[in-house]
Amino acid sequence: MITTDICIIGAGPVGLFAVFEAGLLKMRCHLIDVLPQVGGQLSEIYPHKPIYDIPGYPTIRAQELIENQMKQIEPFKPTFTLGERVDGLEKQEDGSYIVISSEGTKIYCQVVVIAGGLGCFEPRKPEIVNLAKYERKGIDYMVKNPESYRDKKIVIAGGGDSALDWTIYLTDIAKEITLIHRSDSFRGAPDSADKVYELAQKGRINLLLSHNLADVHGAENLSHVIATNKLKEEVKMEADYFIPLFGLTPKLGPIAEWGLNIDKNAIEVNTMDYSTNVERIYAIGDINTYAGKLKLILCGYHEAALMAQSAFKYVYPDQKLSFKYTTVNGINTF
Amino acid sequence: MEDIIQIEIEDRDGTTQVIEVPTDVNLSLMELLKASEYEVLATCGGMALCATCHVQIKSGAENLPEPQDQELDMLDTLPDADNDSRLACQLRLTNENEGLSIKIKGALQ
Repeated sequence: MITTDICIIGAGPVGLFAVFEAGLLKMRCHLIDVLPQVGGQLSEIYPHKPIYDIPGYPTIRAQELIENQMKQIEPFKPTFTLGERVDGLEKQEDGSYIVISSEGTKIYCQVVVIAGGLGCFEPRKPEIVNLAKYERKGIDYMVKNPESYRDKKIVIAGGGDSALDWTIYLTDIAKEITLIHRSDSFRGAPDSADKVYELAQKGRINLLLSHNLADVHGAENLSHVIATNKLKEEVKMEADYFIPLFGLTPKLGPIAEWGLNIDKNAIEVNTMDYSTNVERIYAIGDINTYAGKLKLILCGYHEAALMAQSAFKYVYPDQKLSFKYTTVNGINTF
Repeated sequence: MEDIIQIEIEDRDGTTQVIEVPTDVNLSLMELLKASEYEVLATCGGMALCATCHVQIKSGAENLPEPQDQELDMLDTLPDADNDSRLACQLRLTNENEGLSIKIKGALQ
């Protein structure tokens, strides 16, 4: 079990800055992030993009900002659990919490700070009524074990790289493979697209272009996938497995089950201190919402500072908090 | 009147209304829809990352800016996208867009 004062969920720029603000008040932090590296969106999505609205930096690359922030919080010795998603939360009798990850890692803390940004990226699901009925009974949203498709009839849907790549890869494994794509051309890598056209010409795969998914059927397990063309004419295909590959979409994930007040995928907070409706749980950065909310890194930093002042009373219930400037006191390392 | 255009918006339930849009404040269609109290998640805040501001262009597509790669890649991930689909966050409206007509399609969860 990892023991800390504050467990921060999300290691993006706002989560990282929360370590600094907590550190000034002698509160230790442990950060957990589903991504394999720190930096959140900045490192994962736009590391090379310049950011123009960080005070003191006319322009700074996203990745550089994260590197600077890591240096800034070094004195406060934060600890990290990366590549794991937060799944569970157990409230203790004295009000403290144990945060539990997807891999079973446990973090004992006095305060939980959710700095989850966009949330977790989960596979995007097509809006088909019966889809959920066959999840894990023939419908997979990612290919975990290619061997499980050996000699099976597979239908893949999507037009991106992963749909193309898996279609090519599974051609030699599956008994029969069909690729459905809503458009008549692919935006994935040209090499992969050429390969798919070639496989279709040789009759090794079925290629259904300009078709949209309509429905899935089956008894206990999936048996058929139905697609329609632009004239709404139906094509019904036998399928042992259906793999819709439509990229990833941000979701709140398991946090949505914690009894927090949620409005449109964001956590409602009190702007006095960015606390949620659940005691000792705060939400800062893009994941929260309040009247006048702006999704700016800048605003997340401010939210982190106020959160830390408020969280102090749970970590040091017997001490009086006195506000200090870094220019007067510097920073005291742990 | 200069710098005000009218666009027609059809909601998911088919209700349609015309709204007036100022074109001198550089708003995106996504920001306008939110400001007009339409249900649009816009989870990613306009980075073309989530596709929750998916709209169908019913008329006036020819006066909109050409989609960039990021938007096309994202549209490609939408199972219900079509050739007349765009991401509202990538559409900055100008006086050229008078009479634009759109239908809101973005996911609500």
